[in-house]
Amino acid sequence: MLTLIQIELYKIFKKWRTYIGFIAIGVLVPIIHTAMVFEGAHTLNFMTRNIQQSFIFVGNLLNGYLVSYLILTSLAVHIPFLVALVAGDLLAGEATAGTYRMLITRPISRTQIVTSKFLAGIIYTHLLIIWLALMSLVVGLIIFGSGELLVISNQTVIIFEKNDILWRFLLAYDFAALGMSVVASLAFLFSSLVENAIGPIVSTMAVIIVFLILSAINIDFFQTIKPYLFTNYILSWRLFFNTPVDFSELIKATLILAGHIVFFFSLALYIFNRKDILT
Amino acid sequence: MNDEKIIEVNLLTKHFKDLRAVNSLNLNVFEGDVFGFLGPNGAGKSTTIRMLLSLIRPNEGSIKLFGKSLQKNRIEILKRIGAIVEKPDFYGYLSAYKNLEILGRISGKEISKNRIMEVLELVGLSKRYKSKVKTFSHGMKQRLGLGQALLHDPDLIILDEPTTGLDPQGMKEIRDLILHLSKEKKKTIFLSSHILHEVELVANRMIIIDKGTMKVEGEVKDLLNAKKLKVTFETDDEEKVKNLLSQSGWGSKLESNAKTVFIFSLENNEIAELNKFFVLNGIEVNAVIPTRSLEDYFLKITDEVA
Repeated sequence: MLTLIQIELYKIFKKWRTYIGFIAIGVLVPIIHTAMVFEGAHTLNFMTRNIQQSFIFVGNLLNGYLVSYLILTSLAVHIPFLVALVAGDLLAGEATAGTYRMLITRPISRTQIVTSKFLAGIIYTHLLIIWLALMSLVVGLIIFGSGELLVISNQTVIIFEKNDILWRFLLAYDFAALGMSVVASLAFLFSSLVENAIGPIVSTMAVIIVFLILSAINIDFFQTIKPYLFTNYILSWRLFFNTPVDFSELIKATLILAGHIVFFFSLALYIFNRKDILT
Repeated sequence: MNDEKIIEVNLLTKHFKDLRAVNSLNLNVFEGDVFGFLGPNGAGKSTTIRMLLSLIRPNEGSIKLFGKSLQKNRIEILKRIGAIVEKPDFYGYLSAYKNLEILGRISGKEISKNRIMEVLELVGLSKRYKSKVKTFSHGMKQRLGLGQALLHDPDLIILDEPTTGLDPQGMKEIRDLILHLSKEKKKTIFLSSHILHEVELVANRMIIIDKGTMKVEGEVKDLLNAKKLKVTFETDDEEKVKNLLSQSGWGSKLESNAKTVFIFSLENNEIAELNKFFVLNGIEVNAVIPTRSLEDYFLKITDEVA
């Protein structure tokens, strides 16, 4: 199995499309950093406009942590696309290229093929999130320095002390990786159904956008179904920036996301094991 | 060749919705055979090969390879098989060497760098081993396809139309390689083709299938060297020939005629005799075209498909 995973990772990283995600983050994050250098003070002012009369802010609030937090919030739709770009190609790409035939006529089981590809896709997803963390947090800290983190949500202002932030980010990125793994699993499932990689990428994005829109509509019916949409839990990394951290809610979100991964993978495995290879 | 069955297929059936691609097919390939699997395009050859390699599942019937059920011993069996299925496709963004290295790593055997280079040398691609496969012509991919099939030194080699896209020299090289693998390396070869001549040159046994069912099976020499030949004589005078035939014993050998073209069923040694008979009786013979019955039959089913 290890050999198969190595081979799959080698194939993934020999493809140009794999680097689109890394390049996109490598370009987008510095652009946000640059914008924050020039417009950061204005942004911070805008964020705190309603509470400036009640609080006096001192110290370096425009710091690497705040910038990294804002980047993580704003990339909720972009990162799924970058993940789907590779995960949607994992099985369908072999069908398009006609290489299924060579792979399946080797003395390895279909379960091994699917599992190794899936794990390689999950590893790619984690590497992408690590890259995002490096670019936003590490580079952010280098450019903007350290300081307290100001988080405003639901009419609540929370200021985290400098030494109380890093662990929250590490766990938040970890959780983001779990959320993106669900996206990868969904794209992988779609990839097992078709013979062209475009379909899984578009379908995955369509599902995510529709779910996000449904979650955002403030009508009772949509709010009722919201707990059943996995996208609702992808952004649960924000819970790490509450005080106290609601770990029971985080555990629930983790289990729901993990359940989705298991379900999507199992379905892909079932489909692939029964599939006639006609390409 | 001995009596050990390498491939044993019984009542194999595969349908795609309403289309019966393979219908109750039986075939046996023995150790050391170069087995020709012949049929026109769309006859069900590739579907059968895909079932032999577990790419698709049969609806009915059984497949045994090396005496073991394919369904129950898939991995063990595939270790002993090398195959080209239809057109050879590779990871175009990787080099020829890297493609073989990847396939070698999942072939169930240790494949050394030397072995990879040896195989590339064998198929005439050693000088292009670093080139990305996407830069290869169809013929080069076909050679590489053969290379990957031979890489792990399998006992059974399944080749689906291996000469497609090759120039005459390339086709000859593949034929020579098949004969070498059979005679020197004692491999069993299952060769699918829609060209009778190609099979005739290398195979010892063969089967012809059409519309998913077996039409003819047997030893190539028996099937192709049948005593009776259909011989077409193109003459200059229909009436005169008819009169001559009615007055001689040759009339009983006549199968049909269309104007001045007469088709006879003859034994090999009778062709010259009949030709001499016509000439001595003042008939001008413009052409004598012998056709073996199997070839005739095969051309007929091929034409029907076309």
